[in-house]
Amino acid sequence: MTNDSIKDKTLGEVMRSQGVSRRSFLKFCAATASMMAMSPAMIPKIAHALESARRPSVIWLSFQECTGCTESLTRAHTATLESLIFDYISLDYHHTLQAASGHAAEEARKAAMDENWGKYILVVDGSIPTLDMGYSTIAGISNLDMFIQTAAGAAVIISVGTCAAYGGIPHAYPNPTGAYSVYDIIKQYGKDQLDGISSATLAKVGKGSVANTPIISVPGCPPIPVVITGVLTHYLTFGTIPELDHLGRPKVFYGQSIHDRCYRRPFYDKGLFAETFDDEGAKKGWCLYKLGCKGPTTYNACATTKWNNGTSWPIEAGHPCLGCSEPDFWDGGGFYKALSMPTENITQTAIYTAAGAVAAGVALGAMNKSKKNDAVSAHSETTINDLEK
Amino acid sequence: MSEIEFLNWVRGPGFQIAIIIFIAGVIIRFAEILLLGRNKNLAEAKGSEMSSGLRTIVTRSIPDKETFRRSTFTLVAGYIFHIGLFVTIFLFAPHILMFKDIIGFGWPALPTPVVDAMAVVTIIALLAVLVHRMRDPVLKFLSTREDYLVWLVTIAPLITGYMAFHRIGTTAPTLLAIHILSVELLLIILPFTKLMHAFTIALSRWYGGAISGYRGVES
Amino acid sequence: MTEATIPVTGEIKFNIQFSNELTQNVKPLLHEIKHALDALIETGKTGIIDLRSIPLASGEEDKILNTLGQGEVLAQMNTLGLSEIVETQYAGVWLVTHYNDEGNIISRFIEITAMPEILCSQTEDILSAYSRITEILD
Repeated sequence: MTNDSIKDKTLGEVMRSQGVSRRSFLKFCAATASMMAMSPAMIPKIAHALESARRPSVIWLSFQECTGCTESLTRAHTATLESLIFDYISLDYHHTLQAASGHAAEEARKAAMDENWGKYILVVDGSIPTLDMGYSTIAGISNLDMFIQTAAGAAVIISVGTCAAYGGIPHAYPNPTGAYSVYDIIKQYGKDQLDGISSATLAKVGKGSVANTPIISVPGCPPIPVVITGVLTHYLTFGTIPELDHLGRPKVFYGQSIHDRCYRRPFYDKGLFAETFDDEGAKKGWCLYKLGCKGPTTYNACATTKWNNGTSWPIEAGHPCLGCSEPDFWDGGGFYKALSMPTENITQTAIYTAAGAVAAGVALGAMNKSKKNDAVSAHSETTINDLEK
Repeated sequence: MSEIEFLNWVRGPGFQIAIIIFIAGVIIRFAEILLLGRNKNLAEAKGSEMSSGLRTIVTRSIPDKETFRRSTFTLVAGYIFHIGLFVTIFLFAPHILMFKDIIGFGWPALPTPVVDAMAVVTIIALLAVLVHRMRDPVLKFLSTREDYLVWLVTIAPLITGYMAFHRIGTTAPTLLAIHILSVELLLIILPFTKLMHAFTIALSRWYGGAISGYRGVES
Repeated sequence: MTEATIPVTGEIKFNIQFSNELTQNVKPLLHEIKHALDALIETGKTGIIDLRSIPLASGEEDKILNTLGQGEVLAQMNTLGLSEIVETQYAGVWLVTHYNDEGNIISRFIEITAMPEILCSQTEDILSAYSRITEILD
């Protein structure tokens, strides 16, 4: 996929040589600014930065995943404009999208790594198993080995999807494969806590180099397509990683909760809730909190970016938010349990506890009964000490 | 532990532990009061225990003029924060959902802004009673460490709840988890402190009234 | 004011929302436009509002567009898909809508300015035009 003729040109030069006018480019930048939730005042800056950006190499590794993230990305709704970026990046390895397979594919990855060592963007989707290296392999290489080898030469790692960002569904209880997120793997590698890495990989890769690679997490199951491209665009535009939150997510997309940006929020504030999926409240578009909406604890851009060409999004379609861009969303006690509800069966706990406590109380009372009877027969006086009881 | 793991823990095992301690604690405290009891009063009764006891349960809710004059602040602030606690705990829609999940039925909620305002009023009233307690020399002398602990675990869920609702300070999952955790702390501490009055109030008023009734005096 | 006055190309309508009480963001947004217009008059400062950055329920965007209506200028730009630059019935308030090749809206701005920047010929394009016309004449 490498194209030598445009490799050393800037994006501005490439576009002008393809007959793209500056006006079209401004349009592209306006769309980009809007997509990245940036102030429209940033448009001239984006234009200037992108015009002088150089073509980066991208290696995309897929581990324990369902390909949903790639499916999402290839449906990015500003396709025409993103194609500008995607034509421009050099996607050197992506085993679902690339034409090459087998040894040729692995050779392409190695060639891209050698050629761009320290400069390429590594995109990862899927979590990495650590219990048994045989659980997930590509071309006979374990996920862990391939990840560590490739991460060593990356300028930045982008964890696409909840599995790569937090471990996701493979990481859900009881986590049979010992799946970890990209961030956890890097951290454990830095602390020398990982078993199963081949000696060849260890010999090749220094520990420190991997531990310091910046990681951008783009969680979601799947992530919003324009959020994936937005992060790539940001990196291309500014050559820096965007401002990240405490979970490594870009604040432009994950800075506000679904609840805060939800158009149904006024109903929550008024206390108007849909009780079931087909009651009057549901038909009137009232708040879905009682149906288990995780919007209040979920940070993502769905409420403003929406899905499918900006058509709609889960809550607009009448379904509560599942919280798919948060860690462990799969283990939250059920998608249809409201956030204020306990996740365990508290009724049962309460009944058992009450029964046990009553039995204990009765036993204690019985033991005391004879003492009281003795007091009556002995005609003993009630003293101040009795009142202390 | 991620913040969602923390939230899942307080909504799950944490809540379970708190409920076990709370229910077992309340029942054992009741057993202690009811079954261990006091030695039988062998003096002759001069009136009815039951009617005086029942009457006192009601009459003690209305302060007499003299008490009101002497302790206006305590009574007004006390009423405000007790009503406020009732409203914020039992009439906030998400809380009712929690009760419904456990006991199987719910009841209508107040509009969220009303509950929100009530929470602010309650927090202010609780702060005021603390200031009053610390500035009044007699109250200060009588106060034990338990009194301050009880105050803290009562106001904590209100403040954390207010912060969780308005997302003040940190991220929403953490705020919600801290709020639930503060409630669990309250549940754990309640049976073993003065907070037990939430359950024993009727019983102790009845007992006070009954003693007077037995002696044939006004309660 | 009828809905037909603002051309909406290929926008997919999918809405199960029937209630009238929605986000209540319509009025504040119109007020913001008024303030921006005031700033344009007083100081010449231009303003730009990204409609996609505001949480709106389906139908609310149409409500805003219907209120603004259509004025004297309607320009079309045919590059990377269509773009429409419309002066609303309030002079100085422009509606800039960018579509992609498939006719889907990719971004929509309300600009408060005498002339949206994107309508102006760009220096780079003018330079390239000069060299092209020079080539023809040589």
